[in-house]
Amino acid sequence: MIEISNLGVVFGRGTPLQKQALSGVNLTIEEGAFVTVIGSNGAGKSTLLGVLAGDVLPTEGKVVISGKNVTRKPTADRASLVARVFQDPLTGSCGTLTIEENLALAAARGRARGLAPALGKNRRAHFRERVAALNLGLEDRMQDRMELLSGGQRQALSLVMATLAGSEVLLLDEHTAALDPGMAEYVMELTQSLVNENRLTTLMVTHSMRQALDFGTRTIMLHGGSIVLDVTGDNRKNLGVEDLIAMFRRVRGQNLDDDALLIE
Amino acid sequence: MSQIAFWGAVELGLVFSFVAIGVYLAFRVLDFPDLTVDGSFPLGAAVTAVLILAGMNAWAAAGVAMLAGAAAGLVTATLNVRFRILNLLASILTMIALFSVNLRVMGRPNVALINQDTMISPFYGLGLPDFYVRPLFVGALVVVAVLLVWRFLESDMGLAMRATGANPRMARAQGVKTDRQIYLGMALSNALVAFGGSLFAQTNGFADVTSGVGTIVVGLAAVIIGETLFRSRLLLIALIGCVGGSIIYRIAIQFALSSDFLGLKASDLNLVTAVLVTLALILPRLRRGGAAA
Repeated sequence: MIEISNLGVVFGRGTPLQKQALSGVNLTIEEGAFVTVIGSNGAGKSTLLGVLAGDVLPTEGKVVISGKNVTRKPTADRASLVARVFQDPLTGSCGTLTIEENLALAAARGRARGLAPALGKNRRAHFRERVAALNLGLEDRMQDRMELLSGGQRQALSLVMATLAGSEVLLLDEHTAALDPGMAEYVMELTQSLVNENRLTTLMVTHSMRQALDFGTRTIMLHGGSIVLDVTGDNRKNLGVEDLIAMFRRVRGQNLDDDALLIE
Repeated sequence: MSQIAFWGAVELGLVFSFVAIGVYLAFRVLDFPDLTVDGSFPLGAAVTAVLILAGMNAWAAAGVAMLAGAAAGLVTATLNVRFRILNLLASILTMIALFSVNLRVMGRPNVALINQDTMISPFYGLGLPDFYVRPLFVGALVVVAVLLVWRFLESDMGLAMRATGANPRMARAQGVKTDRQIYLGMALSNALVAFGGSLFAQTNGFADVTSGVGTIVVGLAAVIIGETLFRSRLLLIALIGCVGGSIIYRIAIQFALSSDFLGLKASDLNLVTAVLVTLALILPRLRRGGAAA
């Protein structure tokens, strides 16, 4: 469960470039909910995700994850609660480490790291099994460096890495945006099955309205640093991409000049 | 090259293996260009010499030297992590500060260790000539160091350190406290370098405040030569490459300086070093057919 209250983020405070990235955001996400987040460029989607991950520390407000106040906690200190898949496949894994080393790194997320070998027999077998379940043939390449893999393969492994160690929250930052359509579809299916399997509270930022409605249980739209739309249940089920845009116009009382960006 | 000169070069190469492994940890594993080693090498030598002269057991003195080196590494790490000073500059600041520190430690520019009990003393006079004993003894220590560092880098903690150097953002997302890894890595790296300095003082019988000049170049030369000759993704091979690179570097230097037909003098050492490192850097490119770049 995520509880965000009165959240505000200001970048470059006191400089000519000062920007209010988020203001007065109140958001409660029930345990096990799968929330899709949409909004145009600069709406505050990535900032919101950054606040939950710990990369961005809020200027005001409070962030509570599973009852723990993490408002001022840096990324590494809350990694036991939060798993994350980045937009850029190169960011989410270490190119110079092997597949199994990346997995070992993720398996110890949020736990103390000691001097025991990172890749014992049992762990190796477990990793191999998890990778084999992807049906990408990567289980025979466990000792290849990550940088030899395609973006899609790396994203699929990033998802496995995100679910290796237990966590409360899964953050997905446009994690299919850099992939070709076929691979994007595969990664989304994988996402869905992993989320269901692990009953994770999930936040997925996406640029695609289609994706935002097809996946998840709730959709929120950000604009100018605030939540302008929040739909769930039957309201959401009956919603189409066109409706979403219409609602967006109504809520904001203005015309959207970047429709193209939103619809994709 | 005489046999004694050859084994002398091997011995020096083995002593500097500790520097090479330290430099490998900083430059390659942590991606931290660290020049502190020019100060922590003579620091290790100075601390060891002074403590042995004061009557301390040589092994204990070497242990204290390692702690002193680790402290030097922590200073550089603190300047970088805590005070956000650029890593290269932070290490230069520590390096020049250490010059004064080393003079304070010794009380004078150099200290002789003649007729003192060193770590090697018990092994002299067991039947082997001295010029075999020293490289054998240092070589045994190098084997231990390589195995320990290898095991460390393959542990959970070592993996976290490698991730910190390769992709700090990802490392943090996986719960790795990257700042802490930099402290740890810099301490470890400079402790190894100081141990090299300690062995240098014990095998050569003196500590000199100027002996640190160019340590970083020698260490980097060893790492680069090792990477060129031992091309492998395996960590153990990379570490063995550091040792091999260090020994080959010393033999090449010895060969260049002792060849009459080349007409080189000891004062040409730095030029020869620069040429060797340059060759090691260019060689992989030439091997690929010269067309690539």
